[in-house]
Amino acid sequence: MELKDKLLSSYVAFENRVDTNSDIHEIRSKAFQNFEELGFPTKKLEAWKYTSLNSILKEDYSIFPNKGVAVELADVKKYFIHDIDTYKVVFIDGKYSPFLSETTHEHIDVCLMSAAFNKGKYKPIIDNYFNKVAKQDNLTSLNTAFATEGAFIHIPKNIEVEKPIQIINFTTGSEAATMLQPRSLVVVEENSHVQIIERHQSLTSNPVLTNAVTEIFAEKRAFVDYYKIQNDDNNASLVDNTYIEQQSNSVVSVHTFSFGGNITRNNLNFYQKGEYIDSILKGITIIEGKQHVDHHTLVHHITPNCESHQDYKGIYDERSTAVFNGKVIVEKEAQKTNAYQQNNNVLVSDKATINAKPQLEIFADDVKCSHGCTIGQLDDDALFYMQQRGIPKKEGKALLMFAFANTVLESVKIPEVKQRITELIADKLKVKIGFDL
Amino acid sequence: MSKYTEDDLEQELKTQEYKYGFYTDIESDTFPVGLNEDVVRAISKKKNEPEWMTEWRLEAFRVWKKMEEPEWANVHYEKPKFQDIAYYSAPKKKPKLNSLDEVDPELLDTFKRLGISLDEQKKLANVAVDIVMDSVSVATTFKKTLGEKGIIFMPISEAIQEHPELVRKYLGTVVPTTDNFYAALNSAVFSDGSFCYIPKGVKCPMELSTYFRINEGGTGQFERTLVVADKGSYVSYLEGCTAPSRDENQLHAAVVELIAMDDAEIKYSTVQNWYPGNKEGKGGVYNFVTKRGLCENNAKISWTQVETGSAVTWKYPSCILKGNNSVGEFYSIAVTNNFQQADTGTKMIHLGKNTKSTIISKGISAGKSQNSYRGLVQINARAENARNFSQCDSLLMGNECGAHTFPYIEAKNKSAQIEHEATTSKIGEDQLFYCNQRGIDTEKAIALIVNGFSKEVLNKLPMEFAVEAQKLLEISLEGSVG
Repeated sequence: MELKDKLLSSYVAFENRVDTNSDIHEIRSKAFQNFEELGFPTKKLEAWKYTSLNSILKEDYSIFPNKGVAVELADVKKYFIHDIDTYKVVFIDGKYSPFLSETTHEHIDVCLMSAAFNKGKYKPIIDNYFNKVAKQDNLTSLNTAFATEGAFIHIPKNIEVEKPIQIINFTTGSEAATMLQPRSLVVVEENSHVQIIERHQSLTSNPVLTNAVTEIFAEKRAFVDYYKIQNDDNNASLVDNTYIEQQSNSVVSVHTFSFGGNITRNNLNFYQKGEYIDSILKGITIIEGKQHVDHHTLVHHITPNCESHQDYKGIYDERSTAVFNGKVIVEKEAQKTNAYQQNNNVLVSDKATINAKPQLEIFADDVKCSHGCTIGQLDDDALFYMQQRGIPKKEGKALLMFAFANTVLESVKIPEVKQRITELIADKLKVKIGFDL
Repeated sequence: MSKYTEDDLEQELKTQEYKYGFYTDIESDTFPVGLNEDVVRAISKKKNEPEWMTEWRLEAFRVWKKMEEPEWANVHYEKPKFQDIAYYSAPKKKPKLNSLDEVDPELLDTFKRLGISLDEQKKLANVAVDIVMDSVSVATTFKKTLGEKGIIFMPISEAIQEHPELVRKYLGTVVPTTDNFYAALNSAVFSDGSFCYIPKGVKCPMELSTYFRINEGGTGQFERTLVVADKGSYVSYLEGCTAPSRDENQLHAAVVELIAMDDAEIKYSTVQNWYPGNKEGKGGVYNFVTKRGLCENNAKISWTQVETGSAVTWKYPSCILKGNNSVGEFYSIAVTNNFQQADTGTKMIHLGKNTKSTIISKGISAGKSQNSYRGLVQINARAENARNFSQCDSLLMGNECGAHTFPYIEAKNKSAQIEHEATTSKIGEDQLFYCNQRGIDTEKAIALIVNGFSKEVLNKLPMEFAVEAQKLLEISLEGSVG
């Protein structure tokens, strides 16, 4: 049975099983109808021109993985940022793992969507924010229709969260193929600060398809610092849909590090709803083999005096393919907008492909918008210079790549995350560098 | 003028009417409206075309019938009703002319009002002009000089008669009949156009130019241009157009094919000033053009365009860099005002090794217009050491217009070097202030800035064309240029 049919036929059973209030029920049914109509995206859609999901949709995914498998902390510790104290929201095959998690309800709420859906005290937040900024496109609708679990983070006014929050989704591979649809909601009220680290990790090489949706709301003067670490197994695919709504004077930055996985699609959408907002989108992509990474970013400048900064670096080896589609829309009212977008790519192999589409749509005149996009190689002269001075070619190349990616790396604000990313890059480039970057 | 502000400019732009709005009354014989196989056959017959040409047209027509109008462009318009168009119109009298004296005085007067004096051009500019008056060439000059060099430059309908082997060999090789909706339509019904062949090693001694005009109310014009530059040759081809003021939308779907063989160079310049519609956005020409060039080894094709007219423009002059070391260039200024919409850009397809391409695109939008750049740079797996540089700059005047860029960059070879940059800005208050401080009044300052903004492209125009290009910029953005 095709995955779409399978999803459609299992929806009724699912609907009867979940015990949620009627409002959510309505949102679900609407989203379900939407997906039923639209189906999975195909290459015929402009937004999916360069990414085909066909190869991963043919797996026979188990939509509601049931078999619970115990996971030992020792086995998965390496996937955590473990050298600092953090809150943790951990899911195993889509189910909450109290054993690995560390949630809180003191001053702030770091807990579960399932709790938020069902407990009366969260109802106002769910009513105000759930599914409010998410686009009603095919995959987001699919997620909404089946959304039951995920991280729920609510930071009330004037709180600086003292430690970062980690959201980790493990897949154990207990099923031959697993489909997960985590749904998260992050609401950061006025003047509050929060740092979040997100990771999807498959523990075996059984195929996984994750269709994640995260909604983030940054109220006035809120600071949100979000890190996505994508270093999954080569049989795990991810469609990550992130929607961010910002109010005046808020600053939201999202760093996406894509090193692993089969097909990774990042839909990162920023909507600016107030003045003096800053939106920061940065990413490093280093892939090889037959990996495919697709970054689709949207910054919608709706109001005046806002800024956005995008910086995406990519290094592609072997037969990997990559896509960068950065869209900036500046509305008529959004005067004095400053929007910058930069995308630099290095092709290491003759078989690798990069498709870039940096796109600007501007309706206001008093704006500064620019985008730059390059595709090139590492500097042979620089490499030769290093070789002359006794640095082996491989290490020399790695150094150049680190330098290339450094503008993104240096803006990572959590030292331990930066350290981890540096290690991952070194690992990916198969070198040992004897110093910290 | 005491104080000339940007608001004044905007005001002027808003109220600027099309200056070349007039209509020449030459008795035409026009086909009844509508399109079917019989009409295609009739056009072919009227042209006295050989059998293969009729078949070629019919094949294109059959393909066209199955095609749908493209909707991906960032333009919105009322679709032309293809069955309400008369597909053929020609001035009835087609006298064989040896000198300008024999040309219909009314026609000469038309050109005078356009500011184009054939006489003057002949003497001063050394330009051979193949005037296309409503689909059929009326006068060809300088044929003799060109003939001595072996250069063939004639209406394509004549070329089909006189050089069928050349036309048959090359027609439709760069833009196949099946290429797209409008190219297929054009292939089926094209009435006339120009054919140019430069023999091996010949450097064309003069700029070749054709002036296209839409003249008959309700007649779509379907021009077909084919330029073949044989090995080691060089040609500079100029094309410019103005159309009279009409209220109904007129369709213009031309196809231009360029073939540059080994070591050849083609420079193709366009000044386009079709009627853009009035300031309420009523009327105006739909300009849906397919232009493409093919470069063999060491060949070079350079497109330069100044786009100021048309209500809707849909145009992507492209280069297929098939041969090694071939070069493609695209220089464009697109000005939109009032309700004009332009979706224009280029495609650079790198197939050969060491191929280079340069794209410089300048968009100026004013009024309520929408100006889009849409481009593709494609480096194929075997295109070693391909190089591309793209720059798209937009200038916005007022906050009711829009500027958009849709660049597609596809690289499949690691040795590719691609740079793309785009900026959007307005004429800065500080820039104007700086000029004012130095005694340059605001009007001159705006002119200076717009001129500077478009300089890189204007510089690429041949000398003979520069005057006309400036004239057209003046009309489109009067008060801001010169």
